[in-house]
Amino acid sequence: MNTIAVDTVHSAPREFLCREEAHPQTGTLLGFWLYLMSDCFIFAALFACNAVLGTSYAGGPTARDVFDLPGLAVNTALLLVSSVTFGFAMLEMARQRKRAMLGWLAISGLLAVCFVGLEIHEFVTMIADGAGPGRSAFLSSFFTLVGTHGLHVTVGIVWLVVLMLQLGKYGLTEANRRRLLCLSMFWHFLDLVWVGVFSYVYLVGVLR
Amino acid sequence: MNHPSPSAPEHGTPHPGDHDAGHSHHGSLRGYLTGFVLAAILTIIPFWLVMGHAISSSLATILIVLGLAVVQIVVHVVYFLHLDTRSESGWNMLAFIFTIVLVVIVLGASVWVMYNENANMMPMSPQYTNHRQGS
Repeated sequence: MNTIAVDTVHSAPREFLCREEAHPQTGTLLGFWLYLMSDCFIFAALFACNAVLGTSYAGGPTARDVFDLPGLAVNTALLLVSSVTFGFAMLEMARQRKRAMLGWLAISGLLAVCFVGLEIHEFVTMIADGAGPGRSAFLSSFFTLVGTHGLHVTVGIVWLVVLMLQLGKYGLTEANRRRLLCLSMFWHFLDLVWVGVFSYVYLVGVLR
Repeated sequence: MNHPSPSAPEHGTPHPGDHDAGHSHHGSLRGYLTGFVLAAILTIIPFWLVMGHAISSSLATILIVLGLAVVQIVVHVVYFLHLDTRSESGWNMLAFIFTIVLVVIVLGASVWVMYNENANMMPMSPQYTNHRQGS
């Protein structure tokens, strides 16, 4: 019906209303995106806890006493650079350059390991100074939120190592490309959550 | 190493969806670098504000830091997660908007409700009792 209308008007470019919508072969990427969105709710609940309990110091150390802002800046930089190097790995994947891709993935993984290492060091120092998660509601919410994020990053590192072994053994197969796309979304998502953590928990924490 | 043809043998059979999905998820070098520079600037400013005590009013600093965080989250979503209205026929965007609405409700309502609970039912500190009396 529509084609007839277009044919009669010769000056207009041919256009068909019934366009073929591109749809993915599998729903994995959309499904993984939905998982990330549900993960957002976990972090939203923990952020809400921190917002409510963030000033309940119970006479213990305050945010200003326990937070090390220069150390936080280093951590933030590590995670941001790791996010970008993971993006470079994905660009190499698109160009079918496996060795370069594995190199960027290794750099991203090492940066994330440094991040988790610094965070563990921060936690250990705080607990040694008597500012453990049991000290006050503020510290409970802090350790739960930042610890959950650190646990996510740790799981991401394990996933990355497993995937690098798979890539080394089986190459850039369709399945491995799909897995890598999922991991890249996970990786960038964790950096996004960290923006909320350093801005709200740390920087706003020392101000309020 | 660089294959001239986009369809390598291990790529499998070409499918109309693959190209589109690949394009929207890989991004470009320019996109990643733009995102990195913007994110770095949006990180340095709040750190400078808080560590350098640039603004005397802490409320103003808090609002600016939170505002910059929201902008940086948008930068991450656009340049790193490559979210646009075309990826997965718009379902990604729909799920994202739905999530934002729920997250805003969870965060906003929690803070709102608990602030009033604190103010009206548990006057622990003299600061609260002075400010919130009779509300």
